[in-house]
Amino acid sequence: MIRSEVLKALVPVISDQLVVCNIGLPSQELHLLDDQPSNFYMLGTMGLASSIGLGLALAQKQKVVAIDGDGSVLTNFGTLPTIANNVADNFVLLIIDNGSYGSTGDQPTYAGKKTSLAAVASACGCEHVVECEAEEVAATVQAALDSKQMTIIVCKCESGNIKVPVIDTDPVVIRDRFMKEVSSRNSS
Amino acid sequence: MTTVPCKQLAGVIDQIENCDEIFHIPSNKEDEGMGLCAGAYMGGKRSAIIMQNTAIGVTINTLVTLIQYYHIPLPMLISYRGELGEPVACQVEMAVHTKALLSQLNIPTYHFHKADEVNELDAILEYCFMCKKPVAILTDASFWKGA
Repeated sequence: MIRSEVLKALVPVISDQLVVCNIGLPSQELHLLDDQPSNFYMLGTMGLASSIGLGLALAQKQKVVAIDGDGSVLTNFGTLPTIANNVADNFVLLIIDNGSYGSTGDQPTYAGKKTSLAAVASACGCEHVVECEAEEVAATVQAALDSKQMTIIVCKCESGNIKVPVIDTDPVVIRDRFMKEVSSRNSS
Repeated sequence: MTTVPCKQLAGVIDQIENCDEIFHIPSNKEDEGMGLCAGAYMGGKRSAIIMQNTAIGVTINTLVTLIQYYHIPLPMLISYRGELGEPVACQVEMAVHTKALLSQLNIPTYHFHKADEVNELDAILEYCFMCKKPVAILTDASFWKGA
């Protein structure tokens, strides 16, 4: 399975959750598969999906799923100790690890070589770290949401991309729509 | 409130850590901190970052493609190192670029040099959340000496 297939398998599990989605193809694929007001798409700023997701989880009560990539976690490695030391039990960080920088032409990442992101997350102090295969992603994310414990999931999959259109929605529209959804879920 | 330490702001960071009304989450790097602030803002909180002016060099992409692009208000309380009274020569190298970079980025910038300039802080914060922009508050050594 490649990332777009992982996202497709995930849609039934995350469609009704607040989702912060990583820059580039992951956001474009999620936008194509299941555009929702509860999705925040990153159009720029590689690496910050996990930080935005943690900030959002700590600031309000609804569950938050941040969808990140191995390359993006590598570019913002400082995020893992911050997550470990500021536990938000409504937060699930899903790292889709295809061992490559998919949006820029599938150059290999170190996570596809010697570096284990799951081992790094554990070493940073994250208490619930789960590694899964692509086929298990929906069940693993569902279990993490049900566990009510902050969970870091590293989902291994194959590298490769499908052709998807860019997101042409204005960023302020994406943000405003998302904030209204967050606010309404917290007030009901 | 997220912070990346600066010696000049050590006392402020201590106060934030010990204040029950402020949730303090230290960051390892300033762009990470801006991500945390963006998330907290979308979760309904007023967020802010404390950092050194050297961080302007680290965060230009995040300021432009996240904070400005999505219209997210972000007060940045900045330790303005490298001004009069600075003991470390290397700090001057970034100080000479600080205002030019902020100006190039169209970031409203306030420079606290004398102690009573702190009286504008509330109005600056109100302005920041009104216009949903990043706003820089540069606080130099002379300001902290008089504070």
